[in-house]
Amino acid sequence: MIYVRDLVKRFGSKEAICGISFEVQKGEIVGFLGPNGAGKTTTMRILAGYLSPTAGQITVAGYDIFRQSLQARERIGYLPENVPLYPEMRVREYLSYRASLKGVRRKKIRERVNEVVEICGLTEVEKRVIGTISKGYRQRVGFADAIVHLPDLLILDEPTIGLDPNQIRQVRELILNLSKHHTILLSTHILSEVEMTCARVIILNQGKIAAVDTPERLRSRFRSTAAIILEIQIQNVKNLEKTLEKISFIDSFQVSEIPGNWLRVTIHVSNYDDIKEVCAILGKICLEEKWIIRHLSNQNVSLEELFNRITNLKV
Amino acid sequence: MRKFFVQFKRELAFYFRNPLGYILLFCHLFVVGFNFHFSVSALNMTTSRINLLEAFFNTVLFWFPFILIVPIITMRLFSEEYKLGTIELLLTSPIRDIEIILSKYLAACSFFVILWMPSGFYFLLFWIYTGIKPAEAPGAFVGAYTMLMLQGFFYISIGLLSSIITRNQIVAATLAFVFICCVFFIGLITYLIPNPSVELRDLTSYFSAIEHMADFSKGYFNTRPILFYISSILFVLYFCFHLFQTRRLI
Repeated sequence: MIYVRDLVKRFGSKEAICGISFEVQKGEIVGFLGPNGAGKTTTMRILAGYLSPTAGQITVAGYDIFRQSLQARERIGYLPENVPLYPEMRVREYLSYRASLKGVRRKKIRERVNEVVEICGLTEVEKRVIGTISKGYRQRVGFADAIVHLPDLLILDEPTIGLDPNQIRQVRELILNLSKHHTILLSTHILSEVEMTCARVIILNQGKIAAVDTPERLRSRFRSTAAIILEIQIQNVKNLEKTLEKISFIDSFQVSEIPGNWLRVTIHVSNYDDIKEVCAILGKICLEEKWIIRHLSNQNVSLEELFNRITNLKV
Repeated sequence: MRKFFVQFKRELAFYFRNPLGYILLFCHLFVVGFNFHFSVSALNMTTSRINLLEAFFNTVLFWFPFILIVPIITMRLFSEEYKLGTIELLLTSPIRDIEIILSKYLAACSFFVILWMPSGFYFLLFWIYTGIKPAEAPGAFVGAYTMLMLQGFFYISIGLLSSIITRNQIVAATLAFVFICCVFFIGLITYLIPNPSVELRDLTSYFSAIEHMADFSKGYFNTRPILFYISSILFVLYFCFHLFQTRRLI
């Protein structure tokens, strides 16, 4: 669906994108991650046909975004950051206008607008002037606009920015629903959003691709940080230490005291895949030794931590 | 072509969707009405042989609002799109750049025509009530209104260009006003220079909006000014198109 090869974009002497290449297959939901100024919005704007690349080759749905721009744009639904809309227009009127502009046939416009109003939950505000509706509804109008012409590809630039938690949840559900019919490329700062919605993540940093993978595999690449947390009440600490040393899967561990006469043991496992096995062994030992446990869990490396680690690496 | 009409419709409808269009219509109607009244009063007090049409199209009260109103019509065309960020929506829609430019330009021109339409009724009412012809021949009407539209469309193209340059509507309006004044006052240079040469007078008269209007409102048709305005409009629109594309490439 998207094919990007050696994409470069310069603004004056500043190189915002330094030769990135990636592909997105039909039906995929891909998340664009990166700190501010990483080049996410610029890449999306180029893909949507708003900016022209300095160098590189980009095809969307088989059409060159520069040479066959109109055909490519017909197949893209784009939701820009901050959702610009015409404030003086009414919601339905705006969507009808956008549908006509995007080439929806005259007879089908009413039907398509009805559908997107329904899908995006805009029935309550469809007759209201856009300038008077809330940020959440504006976002939905932006979504409705992006999908009104049934595009093959949806490009969503920070679709949940500035929304309250309820609205974020609703938008996330909307994205998941849309993913049944569209290929989606979205950028966000909220990493949990990527985990919940995206099958693949592209991490951008300083205009270069820092990592491309599924959220799970990215985590496993940094599995050395994975650990088991055990909170236990025990009289003889040495006894515990000896027991832990006997377990071959365990790489290292630290014992620290926490209030209420409890001990917190952080156990590092040499092989990420053995974490569950070690948890089971620990549970069994505690039962046999009659140690009181109040907490036993494997601590997954969060995507936040991954993001920090990857974007702090030298690209 | 259909997308052009969709965009044109939106652009024209904009003037009637918010107060700007109605305020402009009201103010214009008021000033033009006052100019008409002034012209009739002036003719009552003079023995000169000029007719009402000539008087109406050659007063300060005609030229001042004529020059001032164009920047107000055009200031929003692109500046507002840049300011609201809606230019991003427009440029990512499957519509050609030239269609965007022409739809905006022709919508502004159409609004300009709408602004001037009521003035025709003034002459009609005058004729019905007094029985005096406002002009010697119908050709003078055609001439005056042709020149009015040509000059207006030329100034609108300048306003469109100013609107592409900046995202600030006030700056766009000011720039348009300055550019239009520059073009307008070229024709008046000979009045400022003592003893101007014949060549200079000929040259400036080629650009003189006042002289063009004076001739056309008498019913003298001359293809030179018509060609001048049409070629100037095309040149400015061509420049607008390239400037617009350059802004996209940067």
